[in-house]
Amino acid sequence: MEEKKSSKQILNELLAKHYADAKNAKEEGKPVVWSTSIAPQELLETMDVAVVYPENHAAAIGARKDASQFIASAESEGYSYDICSYARVNDGYANILYSEAENMPKPDMLFCCSNICMTVIKWYENIAKKFDIPVIFFDTPYSGSYQVDPSNVKFVEAQLEEAVTMLEGLTGRKFDYDRLKEVMQISNETASWWKKATDLAKNKPSPMNGFDMFNYMAPIVCFRGKESGRELFKIWYEELQERVEKGLGPWNDGTEEKYRVLWDGIACWPYLGVTYKVLKKHGINVVTSMYPESFALLYEQHTLAGMAEAYDSLYVLRNVDYAIDKYLNLSRDFQLDGGIFHSNRSCKGMAFKQFEIQRQMESQLGVPSVIFDGDQTDPSVFSEAQYETRVQALVEMMEARKGARR
Amino acid sequence: MFLGIDIGSSSSKAVLLDKGGAILGREVVNLGTGSGAIDDVIDVLLEKAGVDRGDILYSVVTGYGRIGYEKADTQITEIGCHAKGVYHDFPEARSIIDIGGQDAKVIRLGDGGRVDNFVMNEKCAAGTGRFFEVMARVLNCSLDDLSGLAAEAEYAVAISSTCTVFAESEVISQLSAGASPASVAWGAHKSVAKRIAGLSGRLGLIPEIVMTGGVALNQSMVRAMEEEIETSILVPESPQTVGALGAAVYAKEKYESASRDQSLQ
Repeated sequence: MEEKKSSKQILNELLAKHYADAKNAKEEGKPVVWSTSIAPQELLETMDVAVVYPENHAAAIGARKDASQFIASAESEGYSYDICSYARVNDGYANILYSEAENMPKPDMLFCCSNICMTVIKWYENIAKKFDIPVIFFDTPYSGSYQVDPSNVKFVEAQLEEAVTMLEGLTGRKFDYDRLKEVMQISNETASWWKKATDLAKNKPSPMNGFDMFNYMAPIVCFRGKESGRELFKIWYEELQERVEKGLGPWNDGTEEKYRVLWDGIACWPYLGVTYKVLKKHGINVVTSMYPESFALLYEQHTLAGMAEAYDSLYVLRNVDYAIDKYLNLSRDFQLDGGIFHSNRSCKGMAFKQFEIQRQMESQLGVPSVIFDGDQTDPSVFSEAQYETRVQALVEMMEARKGARR
Repeated sequence: MFLGIDIGSSSSKAVLLDKGGAILGREVVNLGTGSGAIDDVIDVLLEKAGVDRGDILYSVVTGYGRIGYEKADTQITEIGCHAKGVYHDFPEARSIIDIGGQDAKVIRLGDGGRVDNFVMNEKCAAGTGRFFEVMARVLNCSLDDLSGLAAEAEYAVAISSTCTVFAESEVISQLSAGASPASVAWGAHKSVAKRIAGLSGRLGLIPEIVMTGGVALNQSMVRAMEEEIETSILVPESPQTVGALGAAVYAKEKYESASRDQSLQ
């Protein structure tokens, strides 16, 4: 009998296949699409086109410490040091088209949804111009309020309809709404398993090593609409559930989960090992972040309107009060001892809220936190010693508060 | 005896306590991590106090150089040690402004000198001791004379750059445009004070406020800071060695709690 594969094995196989499939599609003359990470992939999956995700690709390059050459290429073209490093890496990659990490074929079309940030609009526009290819845009307006403005949702819904027409034109094939219904179903189920799995970290100790969650971020982006993705996250959930039942914590080497923290912002990919080891040394486990929710795109109405609402409802599109409530809920639900905020030079959209969120977590719930400077892929803006001092000081604060409670 | 060691980015400090907690000596050398100066500092300290290394019951190391220093029994961050050191000298203090060689921090103290919360400067050197070193060089005076020069100023030249490298070129332009060195020096102090005030605003300063770190030796800086936050500031007798003092107090506490646990077993 064949031994059951672990979710991590499946994950690695799926990612290898993901890039191989895109390469094969290109060689067979089929269209390849580059897409932002939280775009309505349901439409692309329905049309059965090969999709790759530049943000994941840039993260993989960053983790391999290979970002500098792509960043240099983008900057030599005139892109500023102040622009998001994913954008700079991707622009550089569009010039070089080869990386030691993973490789994406040259795109035939771009798919860009502005619900994650505004930078993607110019980023994709410029890539489209560079390759002289079409781009399908989804402009998801910033509501600036606690609730999402219904007129914004209508606006996004109309763009989904328009995108269907454009996809039909670009592929020369008819859009199959029955297939869309299936893909919507799968996408919701995958997202549910992702959410259920990451929610298991509410257990004390958490069965999940938080940096492992970073690894599962690639598949939730790449395979949300695929049966393989649904299967992967179901298996991951079952593995974690088994650990909970056995009372196992995040680590298998006997290290105890002493402190439970939230990690805010994108990982510091070029220093993943360093940032992780410093935490583990102190028994700090990352139990949550805003990612579990951001990738859990769930909609009750399996319609274009339902999809529009889900894609236009991310916390980054709403006001700071909404974000604060989310962070306070995470603090309570995951029984946080502290927070680690990555002041990510690339991501102003995430970083601008951090002081206020820190302040509210501390004043309302007594959860201390620290902030450190870094970047998601650019290796030039991180100091290991400064990171370690902040983490160690956080430990001292968490310990003092635990002592005071005892 | 208990030894507290503070290896900073630009100076090395050590403090020795006797068994009852009285301070037997403090030493500072203006050479920081990587220089190996800390061993000399400790040798001088012990020699002056007439104490052998073997008499040290417990030692704690802090500061940026703490991680690579293996001769101490334990290491604690400079945030924790400054809090402990300030509490030793000023039990009524609730806030600390610590400006060291490469970072600036504001600490809020809770009961018994525990760190309630703190904020630190971002990665760049603006608002730190390093900034003053650069300013002294541009103004062609020693670091020790910078404070006196600023005190002579009748007004402050506004220095708006937050980056040390940019501020350096801004100051050079001001000087060549005819600004007096004194007004530029005072402007540099005001600019640092504004940055630290912004940092402390995030935390909320509660009196009594104590200023520590090498920069607290600079009286013009203390005055600039007081003007900026509109509150008076206390400065310890030896602000540079507060971190090392805190480390020594921690050493004493750690030793005593370990001995207690041992005798209970």
